[in-house]
Amino acid sequence: MAKQKKILVLFAHPRLSTSVVQRAMLKAIDGLEKLTLHDLYAAYPDFIIDVRREQQLLLDHDIIVFQHPFYWYSCPAIIKEWLDLVLENGWAYGTGGSKLHRKCMMSAISTGGNRDAYRQNGRNRYEATELLAPFDQSAYLCGMAYLEPFVIYTGRHLSPGELAGRAEEYRELLVDLRDGRIDPLKRLAKGHELPKAFGAASLRGEHAS
Amino acid sequence: MHLEDFLLGAFVYLAAAVIAAPIAMRLGLGSVLGYLIAGIVIGPSVAGLIGGSQGESVMHFAEFGVIVMLFLVGLELQPSKLWELRKPILGLGGLQVAGTAAAIGGAALAAGVEWRTALTIGLVLALSSTAIVLQSMQERGLMKTSVGQSTFSVLLFQDVSVIPMLALLPLLAISAPGGDHSTSLIANLPAWAQALAVLGAVGAIILAGRYLMRPVFRIVAGAKIREIFVAFALLIVVGITLLMQLVGLSAALGTFLAGVVLAESEYRHELEQDLDPFKGLLLAVFFIAVGAGIDFQLLMNEPVKLIGLVLGFVVIKLVVHFVIAKFFRMSTPDASRFSFMLAQGGEFAFVLISFVTGLGLLGIADAAMLVAVVAISMALAPLLILLDEKVIQPLFAHGGELRDPDVIDESEAKVIIAGYGRFGMTVGRLLLANGFKSVVLEHDTEQIDALRKFGIKLFYGDASRVDLLEAAGAREAEILVVAVDDREKTNEIVAATKKNFPQLRIFARAFDRVHAYELINAGVDDTYRELFEASVQMAEDALVALGKHPYEAHRAALLFKSHDEELLRLAARHVDDNEALVDIARKGRAEISNVLDADRTGTPISSEDAWIAKDRPDQ
Repeated sequence: MAKQKKILVLFAHPRLSTSVVQRAMLKAIDGLEKLTLHDLYAAYPDFIIDVRREQQLLLDHDIIVFQHPFYWYSCPAIIKEWLDLVLENGWAYGTGGSKLHRKCMMSAISTGGNRDAYRQNGRNRYEATELLAPFDQSAYLCGMAYLEPFVIYTGRHLSPGELAGRAEEYRELLVDLRDGRIDPLKRLAKGHELPKAFGAASLRGEHAS
Repeated sequence: MHLEDFLLGAFVYLAAAVIAAPIAMRLGLGSVLGYLIAGIVIGPSVAGLIGGSQGESVMHFAEFGVIVMLFLVGLELQPSKLWELRKPILGLGGLQVAGTAAAIGGAALAAGVEWRTALTIGLVLALSSTAIVLQSMQERGLMKTSVGQSTFSVLLFQDVSVIPMLALLPLLAISAPGGDHSTSLIANLPAWAQALAVLGAVGAIILAGRYLMRPVFRIVAGAKIREIFVAFALLIVVGITLLMQLVGLSAALGTFLAGVVLAESEYRHELEQDLDPFKGLLLAVFFIAVGAGIDFQLLMNEPVKLIGLVLGFVVIKLVVHFVIAKFFRMSTPDASRFSFMLAQGGEFAFVLISFVTGLGLLGIADAAMLVAVVAISMALAPLLILLDEKVIQPLFAHGGELRDPDVIDESEAKVIIAGYGRFGMTVGRLLLANGFKSVVLEHDTEQIDALRKFGIKLFYGDASRVDLLEAAGAREAEILVVAVDDREKTNEIVAATKKNFPQLRIFARAFDRVHAYELINAGVDDTYRELFEASVQMAEDALVALGKHPYEAHRAALLFKSHDEELLRLAARHVDDNEALVDIARKGRAEISNVLDADRTGTPISSEDAWIAKDRPDQ
């Protein structure tokens, strides 16, 4: 078996105590080996983000997962703040900004609306993956591969059994990515273009280890 | 002197001062001229209320006022500022003394005076009156202007140059008879021993000021008896005066030096305020004595000669000063002001004249004439300054020549912090970390001592005193932080500030809720309950320790805080209405428990509903 990859889950929910779906997801992945769970609202309740610490965390991991409820077709506020501050010019992108090259990024979100609401002719007019385009492009700019998002639709209306099943799927996905049973480059988000940083490897279907 | 005589004399002097000064000020003449005229009126030449010999002894006594003044001037001058002024002091001051001495000495030489005497006269008359000029400049608010600084630099150099004059003039005397300054114990020692004694005395002042004063101040201030502090301040000045007389040096210079050494001390402002009334009163007596000492008999006997000498003296000074000022590129109006300010003889001249007479460099009759010239020129000085101000300066006002902008002292802090204990220190540190220096006033001597070790600049004193606040720069500052550990004192400071410095924004530390009501109602919007923030923070951390999510705990704390603040302000408006207070408290309790209940039960409160709302468009 290939060397295990390290996964960093950047988690954000401003009121975890009243969350159902996100808590179930957290419970499912909590304690996994080689996985670091980082609750941003807990780490920075006053929004003073420790940029160096966050960058070190990124360096120490291969796959970065943003896990959060889908708010207004995007992330809760602290993830935006995190993106704004941590992905620095000259570090994550721009001249000399190659620190994140050949790493992977993935979104793991939960929505209130159902799957059909997130279609071209649905209530929300776009696919969830399309709405996550800013993450896709951010990953691309940083030389990262952006993977197909993991989405739990209509989370609050699922039965406990159904929810547990979906959460378990989430856990398995992360475990397979970690152990190399799933090749992330074969699970790119729809429409994502692999950045040049992956070079010839992308042609051969290989990836950073 | 019998007590009755003394009281009678004191009565005459005080009455003269009390009557003359207000009238002179009302007429726009300045207090100095008022005192001089009062002196002439009560002197032997006019009303004869005080005898000539009495006037002289009073004058010696009142010279102490000049000494106190120079101590205060020194206190205002930190060594760093002195260093900053080194160019004008040495350049402008040096040229002024040398140029004026040469011009006057030359004129005397031309008039057929023996060269040694001519040189002596030149040196003696080169000096100007620090007392008159400083007082006049302060009354006109000129001290911080560029011309004020130039003038002050010259005065400083003159004062300092008295030392070498006292040292070198005996060399001019061929048959030095030892002098009659009998107070000097070392006069009979060989020259090298005298020099050694002088150096020793100066060194002692500097060392004592640096290392001995602070612990002594702490003990004295620690006694918390106000008059003892005043007594100690006077003791320093008197002690130095005696020491200087012992070694035959100018006491004014010694105290000036002590002032400079103590200028860095945190007790500076307190010293200034305690000595200021003495200085003012003694200077008033000094000026009155100068007025009384003008020998009108001499004026009667040789009026033409005396008037001619005074006029010649003043004109030479004016011309030399103007040329020097232009040489230093002052604007014409500034050069004019500078020239007129300094166009008189100084109080040191009296000292020097008696000194050189003792050396035999000056005849008795010449000395009397010289004293009269200096005294009359001093009496004329306020008039000349007025002449410049009222007649000459307006001429330039339309002349198109721009006046130099006033030099504003950049170092003046925008923030005054009263009380630098646990509370004020935190405020000061955070401000300093962001580049804002504060002036700190502290009343606890132990605290001062501890903080000094960290190199923090602070001053000893009671911040409810208006004069201390003023000295700390309350007129120029923007913010006053009241962080003293005493609610009554806080209220006093707030009241004094509201009354005297309404432009200052006050940030006040409140002891508790009730005190916060008082402060809010006194008009202090920026009121901070001293333990409130810490207790809220502790509750937040305790919530986290109990398993609450840190962000939710944080928001709960923020909500609680803003809610409680709102209630505080509401309640402050009804502080005298008990029923309303109870009502507000009940309502407040209900609302806060609503907030907490909402969190506990998961029932959303206020706008945070959206985080889990079921009918969001995106959900």
